[in-house]
Amino acid sequence: MIALRGRIAAQRIEGLDRDVWRIGDTTPSPDRAQMLRAGTIPVPGFGLFLVAHDAGILVNEPPGMSILLPIELSYVSTGDVIAITPDRTGVRVLWRTASPVNSVLLTEQCDNFCLMCSQPPRKVDDHWLLEQATELISMLDRDTSGLIFTGGEPTIFGSDFLELLSNCREQIPDAAIHVLTNGRRFSNQAFAEDYAAVAGRSVTAGIPIYGSEPSLHDFIVQADGAFNETVNGILNLAALGSPIELRVVLQKHTAPWIREIADFIARNLPFVDQVALMGLEMTGFARSNFNDVWIDPYDYADDLAEAARHLDSAGIPTAIYNHQLCLLDRSVWPLAVQSISDWKQEYEPICSGCEVREQCCGFFATGRRQVSAHIAPVMRTDPLEEAEPNLTIQEEFSYQTGASLVGLNSANGDIANPPLDDMQTTFVMITRKPESGDPE
Amino acid sequence: MTFHRLPAGRVVVANAAGEHVLLERSEFLELSEGRLEDLRLIRLLRSKHIIRDPADSLPVELLALKVRTRYAALAEFTKLHIFVVTLRCEHSCQYCQVSRRSSNREGYDMSEATAVAALDVAFRTPSSSLKIEFQGGEPLLNFELIQFIVQQAEQRALELDKDVSFVITTNLALLDDNVIRFCRTHDIGISTSLDGPRDIHNANRPRPGQNSWELAVEGIRRVQEELGHNSIAALMTTTEASLGRAVEIVDTYVELDLLDVFLRPISPYGLAIRSRSHLAYDVEAWLRFYSDGLSHILDLNRLGVPVVERYAAVILRKMLTNDESGYVDLRSPAGIGIAAIVYNYDGDVYASDEGRMLAEMADTTFRLGNLHEDQYEDFVLGEALLAPLDESFALSAPMCSECAFERYCGADPVYHHATTGDFLGRKPLSAFCQRNTGVFELLVERHHDDSFARGQFRKWASR
Repeated sequence: MIALRGRIAAQRIEGLDRDVWRIGDTTPSPDRAQMLRAGTIPVPGFGLFLVAHDAGILVNEPPGMSILLPIELSYVSTGDVIAITPDRTGVRVLWRTASPVNSVLLTEQCDNFCLMCSQPPRKVDDHWLLEQATELISMLDRDTSGLIFTGGEPTIFGSDFLELLSNCREQIPDAAIHVLTNGRRFSNQAFAEDYAAVAGRSVTAGIPIYGSEPSLHDFIVQADGAFNETVNGILNLAALGSPIELRVVLQKHTAPWIREIADFIARNLPFVDQVALMGLEMTGFARSNFNDVWIDPYDYADDLAEAARHLDSAGIPTAIYNHQLCLLDRSVWPLAVQSISDWKQEYEPICSGCEVREQCCGFFATGRRQVSAHIAPVMRTDPLEEAEPNLTIQEEFSYQTGASLVGLNSANGDIANPPLDDMQTTFVMITRKPESGDPE
Repeated sequence: MTFHRLPAGRVVVANAAGEHVLLERSEFLELSEGRLEDLRLIRLLRSKHIIRDPADSLPVELLALKVRTRYAALAEFTKLHIFVVTLRCEHSCQYCQVSRRSSNREGYDMSEATAVAALDVAFRTPSSSLKIEFQGGEPLLNFELIQFIVQQAEQRALELDKDVSFVITTNLALLDDNVIRFCRTHDIGISTSLDGPRDIHNANRPRPGQNSWELAVEGIRRVQEELGHNSIAALMTTTEASLGRAVEIVDTYVELDLLDVFLRPISPYGLAIRSRSHLAYDVEAWLRFYSDGLSHILDLNRLGVPVVERYAAVILRKMLTNDESGYVDLRSPAGIGIAAIVYNYDGDVYASDEGRMLAEMADTTFRLGNLHEDQYEDFVLGEALLAPLDESFALSAPMCSECAFERYCGADPVYHHATTGDFLGRKPLSAFCQRNTGVFELLVERHHDDSFARGQFRKWASR
């Protein structure tokens, strides 16, 4: 496991006017930090010097302000970005060039309070996280290919969050951006429109859905009305053409309903770009609420497989995250993704004999290690030919918006005058072209 | 909420979009009497938008979205354009839906002028994607006109930025190199008849030499080899001789690598009604036949043979998705005129192929006009089309409006006109209603009780 934050071991940064620093190469620049390891010669002209904890006795004293990194953060290298916390006691690693996907935390505040949240929300003023993220974006290479904004709930910052997205579109125009959000704020039509205008097609909202109706979802996120706001938010984004990923976390309460949740999505939200069916990360609340959220994935394997095949049959790109292959029905192996980030991925000792380990997501190194009683090495590799990991973000959009108004003519009085705003009345789900193969 | 009691006692409860749950009778009574307390069931019924919290408007919005989606395709009428290029045929089938004419008789071919007038109408329809189907008689007896129409249509499609595709419905007896070459060049599909094993097919389809089956099989193989497996679809007609032999029929299709099987009922038109052969078996017998065939197809699926039953696929698409099926005969509003329209060899325009068959029996109810006398507006806005569409619309039809299966079913004004003399029909006496209700019951139960079938059904629904 790779640490992403730590306490500053020692520092000489009195009067330093910036907190976010990118590590430069050998060319000195006041905007870059130089990483000093054993044998590195400090070059005057860098704005900050980062000293590796294991650097030993430096050849020369750093010719400027400097920080001694803790041992667990001493891996940072050229291109990486670090940030000093506002109280100047800690360092966070904001960007690792070696990582295939970088997650950027925007806030710890959230209006959901999920039973199994891996990043428990806190009521704090942490606007500085957003500000540091904004600085980070301005330092990235223009051809950066992608990143994930996570929280807490990023949309809690409203227009400041949208401005961050706008900066991303300008400064890293090719980046595919994923925003992990509970989606509730998008139920506000004006906000959804502003978001869609900024986000365009390059920002995907990853939105959790934990039930097929309000009672289960609202219980799991511990917030009344959350389901309706989230689904309305999804509908608003869809009508505006914004890419959407739905994320369903399988835990003790959702697993018995996973087939219904899949059917709800297939029938009501078939236009989404992807559905991710995700295993638990036993950290944060999931750890403290262990008895209320843990279920052995073996116990729901059949239902998970049927749900995944259902979504797949409905033409919805579907991925299974955080589930070890030995616990998955082989029919859905092709949908399984190596989803656990490199910095927190591990395997069990028993996995050493497994022939599909290289294709398997492994285990979270974070939090409590809770392993299914049914983990076992897989000895037959042949069916894996088709078990290529799924793509994580689908480019192609599967619905059209802006179709002309379609009048309702139903005998059901309930829907004769539905409470719809203008935008939604023009929105129909078109998931595929009309059938062409049916002769008389 | 609508409901329907299954023969075994369970109750199907459905919402306005056709989503359903299957309840035990006791559960249904609790629901209908407002004393349901089982939280799992309440949650399930809320998920399916069958019940809702009165303060909760989202289920209503989602239902409206689903219903709107289903009807959205109506704006794009008319997709299927049937050109009867000749009434001549060299077969003499007992149940032929159009009166036979011996193949050497003149005066039953469509002219170029009529074809041009028909294309004028076809390309005025709002549909952005047209399908032109050549029918007869045996259309290959007038292959020259087919070539003319294909070339004209391709040119118009290019000019108007529309898609056009073609299919020839033929018994394959006249398939030659020239036809194959033309079909390959213009990507034309072939639709043919295959009633199952040799004895059934040849008994149904007499021709000189008694070799209809052999010619069909030879033609099917040839099309598969030279035009590709996706270029051919075969349809069967069910007769009394077919009943009890569903498994053999399915196996014949599979042996020929025809993996779409359409287990159809016989239709009561044309010679079929005159020979009364549609009365020769009852709905129950047909449903047994259908059930046998469907079970056998699912068993083949279990062995890995990807064969599909098309009628089930049509219904399952309506049952399990928000999309309307492309199938013309199971829609409400009815598919006549707005899903398919027929241009007869003589320039008469009919609202459906069955409507044309009735006209051959001197009933011109579904004749919309003539290409040489009337305009496009006369065809689509005339009472001959609007009255049957309006009067048969299932959501306003007695017994259909409150039927749990309404979303899976359709309106068939031509059938009901032919059998009871009005567009609406009387559902308790309607073989259309009985037959389809039986199929819906079968499919709902299989979908609920058999997880393998459920997985297959979802694939069929979305293909």
